[in-house]
Amino acid sequence: MSSYEARFKVWRGDVEGGGLEDFEVEVNDGEVVLDIIHRLQATQAPDLAVRWNCKAGKCGSCSAEINGRPRLMCMTRMSVFTREETITVTPLRAFPVVRDLVTDVGFNYTKAREVPAFVPPEGVGPGEYRMFQEDVDRSQEFRKCIECFLCQDTCHVVRDHEENKSAFAGPRFLMRVAELDMHPLDAAAESGLDRKKTAQDEHGLGYCNITKCCTEVCPEGIHITDNALIPLKERAVDRKYDPLVWLGSKIMRRPSGG
Amino acid sequence: MATGTEPHLNSGGVRTGTRAAIDAPHLRTDRWWLAPAATAAGLLAFIVYSTWRAFANADYYSAPYVSPFYSPCLAENCKNMPSGPNADVFGSWWGISPAIIILIFPLGFRLTCYYYRKAYYRGFWASPPACAVAEPHKKYSGETRFPLILQNIHRYFFYAAIVVAGILTYDTVLSFRDTDENWGHMGLGTLVFLVNITLIWAYTISCHSCRHIVGGKLKHFSKHPVRYKAWQFVGKLNARHMLLAWASLVSVALADFYVYLLASGAFDDPRFF
Amino acid sequence: MSVVDRQEWDVVVVGAGGAGLRAAIEARERGARTAVICKSLFGKAHTVMAEGGIAAAMANANEHDNWQVHFRDTMRGGKFLNQWRMAELHAQEAPQRVWELETWGALFDRTKDGRISQRNFGGHEYPRLAHVGDRTGLELIRTLQQKIVSLQQEDKKETGDYESRLKVFQECTVTRILKDGSRVSGVFAYERETGRFFVLEAPSVVIATGGIGKSFKVTSNSWEYTGDGHALALLAGAPLLNMEFVQFHPTGMVWPPSVKGILVTESVRGDGGVLRNSDGKRFMFDYVPDVFKEKYAESEEEGDRWYEDPDNNRRPPELLPRDEVARAINSEVKAGRGSPHGGVFLDVSTRMPAEVIRRRLPSMYHQFKELADVDITAEAMEVGPTCHYVMGGIAVDSDSAAARGVPGLFAAGEVAGGMHGSNRLGGNSLSDLLVFGRRAGWHAAEYATGLTDSRPPVDEVQVDTAAAEALRPFSAEGPAPGEDDGRPPENPYTLHQELQQTMNDLVGIIRREGEMEQALEKLADLRVRARRAGVEGHRQFNPGWHLALDLRNMLLVSECVARAALERTESRGGHTREDHPTMERNWRNINLLCRLTDPTGGLAATDPVRGQIDLTRETTEPIRADLLALFEKEELVKYLSEEELYE
Repeated sequence: MSSYEARFKVWRGDVEGGGLEDFEVEVNDGEVVLDIIHRLQATQAPDLAVRWNCKAGKCGSCSAEINGRPRLMCMTRMSVFTREETITVTPLRAFPVVRDLVTDVGFNYTKAREVPAFVPPEGVGPGEYRMFQEDVDRSQEFRKCIECFLCQDTCHVVRDHEENKSAFAGPRFLMRVAELDMHPLDAAAESGLDRKKTAQDEHGLGYCNITKCCTEVCPEGIHITDNALIPLKERAVDRKYDPLVWLGSKIMRRPSGG
Repeated sequence: MATGTEPHLNSGGVRTGTRAAIDAPHLRTDRWWLAPAATAAGLLAFIVYSTWRAFANADYYSAPYVSPFYSPCLAENCKNMPSGPNADVFGSWWGISPAIIILIFPLGFRLTCYYYRKAYYRGFWASPPACAVAEPHKKYSGETRFPLILQNIHRYFFYAAIVVAGILTYDTVLSFRDTDENWGHMGLGTLVFLVNITLIWAYTISCHSCRHIVGGKLKHFSKHPVRYKAWQFVGKLNARHMLLAWASLVSVALADFYVYLLASGAFDDPRFF
Repeated sequence: MSVVDRQEWDVVVVGAGGAGLRAAIEARERGARTAVICKSLFGKAHTVMAEGGIAAAMANANEHDNWQVHFRDTMRGGKFLNQWRMAELHAQEAPQRVWELETWGALFDRTKDGRISQRNFGGHEYPRLAHVGDRTGLELIRTLQQKIVSLQQEDKKETGDYESRLKVFQECTVTRILKDGSRVSGVFAYERETGRFFVLEAPSVVIATGGIGKSFKVTSNSWEYTGDGHALALLAGAPLLNMEFVQFHPTGMVWPPSVKGILVTESVRGDGGVLRNSDGKRFMFDYVPDVFKEKYAESEEEGDRWYEDPDNNRRPPELLPRDEVARAINSEVKAGRGSPHGGVFLDVSTRMPAEVIRRRLPSMYHQFKELADVDITAEAMEVGPTCHYVMGGIAVDSDSAAARGVPGLFAAGEVAGGMHGSNRLGGNSLSDLLVFGRRAGWHAAEYATGLTDSRPPVDEVQVDTAAAEALRPFSAEGPAPGEDDGRPPENPYTLHQELQQTMNDLVGIIRREGEMEQALEKLADLRVRARRAGVEGHRQFNPGWHLALDLRNMLLVSECVARAALERTESRGGHTREDHPTMERNWRNINLLCRLTDPTGGLAATDPVRGQIDLTRETTEPIRADLLALFEKEELVKYLSEEELYE
């Protein structure tokens, strides 16, 4: 077991302003960045604000940017850095800052509310749901999401363009639309809600230019782009850009496929 | 309050007034520029090469091989390719290289391909240059407006790409002849064509639109076991879509270049039998 | 100073884990305007850490399963100390609660015929745990969260406001329950982000704050688990029940130090993982206690056959209840047969193909790969006991989840006591949350909407006192009146570390009288020092301040644990006394109740000997005859005293 002194730069401040503050701090074998932040709290900066919960990569609270990359602090091991490196930790840069490493992630909760909930099928009571594993596999992958909002943070649509926030739900909630659209028993279509269409009309699917940063930062390894966003785009194409389907729906108003 | 307090720049994006006051457009310390730079370089090289070859209107046929850039050849000015993929559809008014007529389809397929979109949005348009690296544009509307909204027609290019791949398969079959059109022969070129057509098919089939059409659009896989199998197969290929995109891009250029070498007389096709 | 923001609600739910959210949903659906307050962001509660599954006798995997069998397993697991009516309700209602989740969009793993798949777990006779890989807790919390959002969407449609009937106050902490006479009148809370105080006036308060694990050094619990709800109830005059029973989960990570305590799910064993000591021996065969002898395999061959053919073979002893396994691991390590980092080996790599491991245990694979550089498909994990769950908690009425003696106060989930007796079975916690969360929400709503006289008013003086108490850490710099002067304020982080060390070393998995007395002394000392805990900075998102406030709760709860553990002179479930190593039938029907010494809810009494807690014994209600009849006489003899048997 060996320990060493590491150099850290941690952003401190609030909405009025702030900057990177230098720290030298002990690092031991096997530690993660969150351990170091805790050590700073306990020894040098007791009021250093940071959000965290489970410290096991399951709750998605301790999202931050480490050396400029959106990551979970609890899942970033110190061993991925060299001992000489200065490690920079900043709050998520797509959201308003509250204090130090804590940001206001309210954007995500607003967007979550805008996605219409699961519509239970009529006439199927509790205990009568029958679904097959191959039918739930796709949505289950998306339900692995721990809502760390790293994908929302890294997505340039809102990160680099504050003005797009009103029109764009972000990868996490477009994936939620995909999850519901692929749910074998979701009865949205029967109730008159076309999730394929609303994905584009109301949740801003068209803003996504599939540059895959959401997938790159996902700590759960969910294939957000390939399995959720692109299939959703293709489903929107079915509805909006496929002349045959368009014609068919004009003539017969048929429900969703399969 | 932290030392070295920075004032707000409030110039948009990551420098929006409410966000943590950090001036730098990004704080990445790794070589994030490498991937987009390599992508851009690779794509540029192909563009330069293919432009030259497409407009050259020469050295694209050397029996039994026809360059994939010129197949099918649909104008009167095409070279004579016995039983080859030429049909005088456009007639004599077409004055420039006949490659232009047909290349529009594979070009459109690749241009609207979900992988290439990522590659050139990042590599050429820096939108974004890399993850968590600020993009240089003031405004962004993604694929919501003309012209980029046209990316949605990818699946029609996919249909076209199937036809093109079919014709290139035919060309590959033709490459099992010798220079006098006798069947049952094979040369190094045949091998080049075989590799190329395999990669072209793999890339075409691994397309996201294909994955959607064969099964992705279904809500209940359990009711469509055959399509489910097909979807799973395409999904496996799709996971390697990027690799296949590059491999087939290189192979098609190599196949063309091989024909060029033969047609220009710089090289003789080694015959196996 | 009492210019604090006030809002009126019908029901206030403290805590947004499984129990809190389920309570909120129920209360809102029964027409009560409901507010939820949680310390973290909405959807981050500790419930996400639950991995294995939800126990419910749906009989999807084995048709012989029914609520009676589930009830029996639960009582056995809890060594018959369970509040039997709770165990009964729990076993009966769990399937409905699970199926209901599906109607809200949950996607469990499926059986071949499309029903909910169920897996094996320690102490459960049949495969009973509805699960989603090893992330069942996440599925549960997300489903409840999304159900809340869907109710809010309905309210938006009707009233134009998402939060008109159901609102989540996230990142807020409740520090006091306010009362009007004996009745609940509301809660006093602060917003973590701004440090602003506010009061929610409500006749009903549901406490669903979870457990106390952060009082221990090695724990699988997150920072939120500071025993807030336990302390709030105590301070409001409600008693805590059987606080000596703390479950140490047998398998927590032991290496590297920074992740020590993080949970390794029981599904690893349920799916075939085995425990070995440094000699490579499957030592659990040596640790099957007499009461379980007939139910567990005697040879490795039989145990291995059970995975394929459970009807004709007995289960391997790795699947004994958690307390037994934890103690066995502890003994092996003590006897010098431990792994290099002080645990034992948990091995799946030789039991299943790598592909199967990655599919069935994805987050375990991920967790070990990322945090410990261990590939569990190729090598064994090192594991050891970690503080996981408190069986004790607020004493509640079984049917209504109402706390004793405080009208308007309800409790559900881990914070409520009784349900699990002396030891909880894996999988029973998630079902507990749903069953009793719903009941708490139901009765809280009924109580609030059924109040005939006016709503209980909030007392200004209580609000002022609560505000002063919450602000004290900022003025701890100077000497307090009547205390020594000149000493610097205490660092709350240091105090917390000392508390954790104390509880871990002196009131941990194996307990001795002298050590617990020592612990009580140390706690008294910490209590005095905690009054001088000071913090730097200001009120905006100041973790030092938050910790200083949480310390009060941890100290109160720790004292309860230590006092009750000292009192109970036997070993049972999650309470093991080295000086009283056997289970005593005479203790079977004894509950230990902790109350605050000062009935007004004051905390002035810091006399080290007396402490802040009064302990009383209470004899439990006899188990109903028809429930007793579910067991064989020979089994009951092992647990119940003569009088109980022949009544």
